[in-house]
Formats: sequence, C-alpha cells, structure tokens
Amino acid sequence: MAKITLKDLSHSYLTKQSNDADWALRGVNIDWKDGGAYALLGPSGCGKTTLLNIISGLLKPTEGEILFDDKNVTALNPVERDIAQIFQFPVIYDTMTVYDNLAFPLKNRGLSKTEIDSKVKEIGEMLELTSTLNNKAAGLTADGKQKISLGRGLVRSDVNVIMFDEPLTVIDPHLKWVLRSKLKELHQKINRTMIYVTHDQIEALTFADEVVVMHEGQIVQTGTPVELFEKPKHTFVGHFIGSPGMNILPCEIENGQINFEGKIIPNNTSIKKTNFSKTQLGIRPEFIKFSNDGIKVKIKRVSDTGRHKVIDTECSSGSIKILANSSTEIPSDSAHITFEQKYTYVYGDDWIIE
Amino acid sequence: MNKTYNQKAWFFVIPVFVLVAFNAVVPLMTVVNYSFQETFGSNVFAWEGTRWFKEILHSERFHASLGRQFIFTFIILLIQLPLGIAIALTMPKKGWGVPVCLILMSMPLLIPWNVVGAMWNIFALPEIGFLGNTLNSLGFDYNFTQQSGDAWFTTILMDVWHWTSLVVLLSYAGLNSIQPAYYQAAEIDGASRWDIFRYIELPKMKKVLTLAILLRFMDSFMIYTEPFVLTGGGPGNATNFLSLDLVKMALGQFDLGPAAAMSLIYFLIVLLICWIFYNLMMKDEGRT
Amino acid sequence: MSLELKNVEKKIGIETHIYSTNLKLEKNTINILLGSTLAGKTTLMQIMAGLDKPTSGEIWFDGENVTGKEVQKRNCSMVYQQFINYPNFTVFENIASPLKITGVKPDEIKERVGKVAELLKLSAMLNKKPDELSGGQQQRTALARALVKDSDLILLDEPLANLDFKLREELREELPKLFEDRDCIVVYATTEPLDALMIGGNTATLLEGRVIQYGETLNVYNKPENLISAKVFSDPPMNIAEISKNGEMFKLKDNNVQWKSNVKIKDGNYKIGIRPHNITTYKEGNNSVEINGKVLISELSGSESLIHFTNGKLNWVSLSNGIQQKNIGENTKLFMNVDEFLYFDTNNRLVING
Repeated sequence: MAKITLKDLSHSYLTKQSNDADWALRGVNIDWKDGGAYALLGPSGCGKTTLLNIISGLLKPTEGEILFDDKNVTALNPVERDIAQIFQFPVIYDTMTVYDNLAFPLKNRGLSKTEIDSKVKEIGEMLELTSTLNNKAAGLTADGKQKISLGRGLVRSDVNVIMFDEPLTVIDPHLKWVLRSKLKELHQKINRTMIYVTHDQIEALTFADEVVVMHEGQIVQTGTPVELFEKPKHTFVGHFIGSPGMNILPCEIENGQINFEGKIIPNNTSIKKTNFSKTQLGIRPEFIKFSNDGIKVKIKRVSDTGRHKVIDTECSSGSIKILANSSTEIPSDSAHITFEQKYTYVYGDDWIIE
Repeated sequence: MNKTYNQKAWFFVIPVFVLVAFNAVVPLMTVVNYSFQETFGSNVFAWEGTRWFKEILHSERFHASLGRQFIFTFIILLIQLPLGIAIALTMPKKGWGVPVCLILMSMPLLIPWNVVGAMWNIFALPEIGFLGNTLNSLGFDYNFTQQSGDAWFTTILMDVWHWTSLVVLLSYAGLNSIQPAYYQAAEIDGASRWDIFRYIELPKMKKVLTLAILLRFMDSFMIYTEPFVLTGGGPGNATNFLSLDLVKMALGQFDLGPAAAMSLIYFLIVLLICWIFYNLMMKDEGRT
Repeated sequence: MSLELKNVEKKIGIETHIYSTNLKLEKNTINILLGSTLAGKTTLMQIMAGLDKPTSGEIWFDGENVTGKEVQKRNCSMVYQQFINYPNFTVFENIASPLKITGVKPDEIKERVGKVAELLKLSAMLNKKPDELSGGQQQRTALARALVKDSDLILLDEPLANLDFKLREELREELPKLFEDRDCIVVYATTEPLDALMIGGNTATLLEGRVIQYGETLNVYNKPENLISAKVFSDPPMNIAEISKNGEMFKLKDNNVQWKSNVKIKDGNYKIGIRPHNITTYKEGNNSVEINGKVLISELSGSESLIHFTNGKLNWVSLSNGIQQKNIGENTKLFMNVDEFLYFDTNNRLVING
C-alpha cells in the first residue's frame, strides 16, 4: 500500500516541443492518500492513459517525479514499483488454466506451492471464480476474463497500487454494473489504493472517493462526486459532469455584480478582479425555476423523459436548458426564470471566481 | 443479404475458366489417363489397369525416394521453423531498421529457383567455390559431388538460405499483431523472457505458424529445381528426391505409365497431409 | 406520402428474423425502432431501404408497390453506427458524392453542400479528410451526406452508439431540428429508450423480430400494451413483482409490503411494473409506500443516483435525484410512488395504469 505523490509531471511523446499542444501532460501535481479509491476522468485524448502509464512505470515522464510513500520511484520499472494494472481488454495467458493464470505472478516471485495455493483459492473465492479454477482461461466470457486480469493483481500481497485502464470497455452494457459493484466491494474489503481511468462519468463517480477531472493534459479539478457536481471549478467540469451539463453563458461584471441579460443576478461570490478576456455565468439545469419575474426566455422545445422534463429555452445570450419535474406546468411560449443563488457561479477565463 | 444478381459477371470469368482448363485440368486428366496405360512410343497405348499403381507401391526405388523425401522435409522443417521464429524475434518493430530487415529477408525469396541452384553449385565447389574452399582449408574433407553426406548438407543449407525468410516474414507479421498490453501485463507479472515467448508469443502466433508449416511442407516435399541444378540427384541416388526420381522416370526412361501413376500417388500423399493440416487448423477455429 | 409494410416477413433458412409485420409510417414523422441488439431493427431497416428483400409481404411507398425495386432506384439514404465515409475524399467531396452521381451541376452542388454543412456545423472542415476529424465530426459528415440528397426516406441505424457520452447528447439534441421542414420519413434505430424520449415522434418497440407496439412515443411509454413493450421501453430496467389484490389492499407476493389504492381492477393476482425513477429515497407523489432495501451498490451519474437493492427475492433498481452515496450492505428506506404503477394481468397485458 502506498501514498502516491506526483510532482510537476509533464510528458511529451515528441522529442522537441514547440507549443502547448505538443505536451500530452502539463504540470500535473497530485497527492493521493494510502488506500483510497481514485478516478481519472476525462474525454479521449486528455492524457489520462498517459498519466496512468507513468504512474505504473510503463512510461518514463519527460519531466517531474513520482513518489511512493515519499520514495522517488521515477526511475523504477513496473515490477520494482509493485503495481498491478488491468487493461481495456482482458489480458490472460490463453494456454493456461484459470488457476495457473492467477498463480503465475506468485510463481515468478518464488513463493512456495502451499502459499500460492492458499492465495489463489482466496482470491478465486473473492472474485467468484472458484468453480472455474481448473478450466482453460480462454474459454471464459469477457467479464470472467477481466476478473482473471484483476485476480492476478490481487494475489500479490505486496501490491502498492492497482490501476484500471477503462476496464469495462468490452463488458456487455447490462453487465457493467455487476462488475462495477464488484470493484467497489473489493475496494472496501481490501483497502488498497486503486486508480481508475475512464471517460464515463458514471464509472468514475460511482467508484471513486475522489475524482480527478482532466482536460487537454491538465488537471482541471479534484474533488468528491458531490463537490464536482455542486461546485465545478472549471467550465469544462460543469459541462462534462451531469446530464445535461451545466449552462454556461456569457455575462458582464459591473461593480462586482453579475449582469446577465440586463439583470443583476444574485449570487454568493464576491467578485474583485475584473480583467478577464471572457466572463461567463454557470448554472445547472437542475437549479433553475420558473417564476413570475426574472430572465425572459422563449420556450423552444420540451422533451419528456418520463422521470423529468428537459426544457430547451432561448434568450439573447444563448440557449438555456432547464430540468423540471414531470408534473411541473410548462408555459407554452415564453416564460421567466430564476437561478438558485447558492448554485449560481461566475467564471473568468473558464475558471471559477470565488 | 440478397444482392441483385448480375449475369454479365460471368463473361469476366470465361477467359480464366478457359486458361485453367487448358493449363491444369486437361493435363491432369491426361496424366490420369496415362497412369492406366502402357506406351510403346509413337502414341501407341495399351490398357494396363492398376498394374502401374501396384508396381510403384511395391517398388523399392519408390520407397527409397519417398523415404529420402520424408527425411529431407523433416530436417527442413526442424531447422527452418525455430530458426525463422528466432530471427523474427530479433527483428525491430519500429524505426528505420524495419524496412531494411524486411528487404533483406525478402531478397532470397525473389531469386529464380534455378539461379539459386546454380549459385550454390558454384559456391560449394570444392576447389574454387567460397564455401567449398573454406571448408576444405579448415580441414574438413568436403566434396558435395562425390560424398552423399556433403551433398545432403549442401542441399539443406541451400534450402535453409532460400526459404527460411518465408517463415521469418510470417512469424514477424504474427508477432506484430500482438497488442503491447500483453507484454506490459507480463512485465508487471514478473515473467521471464522465456515465459513471455512460451505463454504469449507462441500461442498468439499459432495461426501464422500453421500456415508457415503448411507452406514449407508442401514446397519442400515437391522440391525439384534447386536440387536438380545443384546435385542432379547425385552422387548416385543420394539426393534423388521424389520429384527428381519422377522426372527421371518419365522423361529419362519414357515410362509414361509408371511415371503418371507415381505422380498421382505423389499428388495424393500431398493432398492427404494437407487435408490433415487443414482440419487441425479448422479444429482450433471451432474451439475458440 | 407514406411508407407501408404489409405482412412483411423475413426468414433465413428455418430461422425467422422478422415475423409478419404491418407498419405505416407517415410523411414528416420521425419513427424510432427501439429494441435490444438482436431484435431485428437492422433487418427491418434494410428491408425498408431495399437492401434486402422480404421472404413474403409487400412494401408500398407513396401508393406504389416497391417491393422488388433495387435500392439504387429508391430515393433513400442511410447512416450507420460506424462512421462510414469515403476515406480518400474531403468532407466536401463526401457530402457532394450522391449529388455528383445523379449529375447535379457543380454550382448547385456547392450551394446545397454549403447549406447542409452549415446545418451540421461542418463549414470549417470542408477541406479536411475523414481521418483528420474527430468521431463526432465524422458522423456529422455521414449525416450531411444523407441529408443533402433530399431523400424521401432517411434511415439511421444507431448513429450515436459509437460516440462519447457528451457528444451523443449534443448530436441527439440536434437531430430533430435537422429533420424539420424536410418532408421526409425518418426511421431511427436505437437500443436506448432515452433516445426515443428525447427525440419524440413515434416509437415502435421490438423484441426478437416482432413489433410489439407502435404509436406516439409518450403514449407507448406511458401506456405499454403489455409487459414486453414496457420492459423494452425502460432503461434502467423496469422492476417487476407479483402482487395480489383483495378489495382495497394490495400486497407484494414475496414479502410484507402492502398498500391501499383505489385502482379499479378485479381482485386477484397481477404483476406490477415499477420504473426505477418511481422508487426514490425521498417521498414523491401523493400515495407512496415504504420498502426496505439492502444496498448492492449506488451508481452516481452526475445528477442522479441509481441504487441497486435487494429485498428478499426482489432484486430492484431505484433512481433518485441528487447524489446519494450509500455503502454496500447498508439497509435503507425507499419510497415507491403507487400512482405510477403499471398493472399487468396474468397474460402480461396492461390492465390499467396509475
């Protein structure tokens, strides 16, 4: 088990870098506690797999350091770092049985036969593989094979970190939640540091205690699922998390107040700096209500999803989405809306102004 | 899905049909015809039934050349497969080394087969050939035109030089299709280089290797041009492989009947072994 | 102008892929084919397009029997799940290709392509090749190519399935707007009920080669004719339980949960279907009944929480607003909204809802 610290990590796949776009990772700093469940969340190409491979040792970073328990492991390879990694598709040894697959890492580390046997049986039971231990690994279903991949990481008692690289990619959609709950259960049982990389917000928010949201090679926000939802620190987080995402619209700052659509919008921030190239208002669809007074909008479209209504509205600054109860009366043509003060935020150059 | 049926497509097929009929089907039928008859020259034939087949199958000469053939093919496969895989394992996967290696490996395959035989003939000459001269000056008593052991040695060496590249290229393609995650997982598991080869690379190359074995078996079993130019079947009968013997019989002695029968038996042996291999390949497909 | 399928059946060997189907699609409608992966959606669409011939039955378009007509002679276009574009053509050439084939003049091509490109936000990419574009942009190119033809019938086979979550949301929003003012029939196949609800139009639920129900989307959703249609049109999956009714008292067969309701059906045994969003961690609606559950996992999807729980033999899913993190194994109280129950008789037919 280990506490993980990443210091000023930057990485480029090119030998010479001329601008920001040449860097896959820029200035990443992370402090992770021992035994926590963490997720790296971001769209394709944001650098999360690069970061994962640097932590596991499969990739050496161009700049920066990695510390396990305050020990510098940047120069060590994966075996020396005592990590386990589960990949997007099941990686198993086809010619071996399930038992031999699970025993393999222990055999290579020189454990005795009895030690191996007890460990394999223990993990086999934890992962519900006991009945298939003597079958050829190649014959299992996709989720069974992923469990074997996971098992090979769990059998080793010296593992510092277990890393998951989008492990549910090949699993059937209706089986995904079964494996998700298994992973969460496992984490609670064995309490080892686990890092989970994904572009799916459900996977990240369900699994992790703390989520690191990445965008274009940088960490945009780190926080618990509740924090990320209720107070996104960057417009990207507001947009990426939540379905539909946060409404982000241009606004003006006048005398420390938000001016949107000609009205002063009450909010809980004290705005001191005003020299931004762009200022935007952020409010989630869940926190907008219809009222008799407020911003005037035109109702463009109402979709009923059974559990709520999604209302597309338009004002002069742009389109605003509203989420309302199925039973709410929706005006037919135009309406007035207000934003819940507590959750109204203003962003300067994409970062929250607090 | 039912595609619309286009009759005009048949017109494109007719020329090919005619060519294949002319070059393959008709001669094959002619051979079958000859195998049941005796000829006295000047196109006079007499029906012999299965006499030639019985004679060939009991003939010592046939057994000898068949035996030589099997031993030859066995040795070839034994050397070329591990050697080919080993070379493929050392070839780089990225960078400028890749095209260089691929070209080097392809070169022996592009040389016309009779030129290969002629090259090695000169190369191995005891007095003036580079190989022959070197071996003799090192103290070995080497003469492939007079000593059977040396003739075998040279023929095998020539075939290895000529055809190992095929195994190399096929294995290389197979190795390249293995995703990096397997190597990464093995690294994390602490696997040794041998383990990686045995548990990851070899199983994943299975299909490609089956193909390589099939191709090499067929080609070496039917080998003719190279040994013909190199040793002519000699010294004596030492390197008189099956097809060499066949041609000697047919063209040399003009025993068309026995020759035709022998070539049919030959054809059937190759067919049988290929069928076995094919089923082995397909059996594995079915299982996964 | 309408597309009509009369007793269309498709058999391959002894297997029936499509059972005798009667369907009438009107002009200017978006029709959604909703069903799981092997339900027969693609087969049905291929028959509609003319890429495949039915084993028996007829297809009538605009009052004309087109059953034997080749697809090249019918005026239709198709968009696939994999982004299908000509790899060697630029975006402009890709979109222009159907027009070029029919001999439209270059000036007109330029104008029409320009219009469609703007509609799909591709105007800046017209000179790029497909492999330089992102997944979303490639699919937009395929869509543009389908739209530029002004066909009478546009078929979309799970076009959003290969896109990232956020991109799907974006494109799904734009789709209804693209088809306004177009005087054509749109058929859209999907496995996601949310797609159907967000797009609107009409929906046909399919299962194993049969069209179970066809009608206005919200109608099919709120009043499923039978249990199968209800199950197909639910994501997350519908919770089902056996109940018995005696006077005003309803009771779940497998445990002690009971409630009062004025629903007018005869006494006896029934099945109820409860959609997950009608079971919440807070009280909703006027008539709610409590149920205890042992939590299997809580999945957080940004603004909502899916709690999988067990109660005796029942293995159910509940959907609540907000982020509700529950520990695995925790016992929690949940509330079911009785007014939203769907009642099915022993033949699985809908008796009454609410």
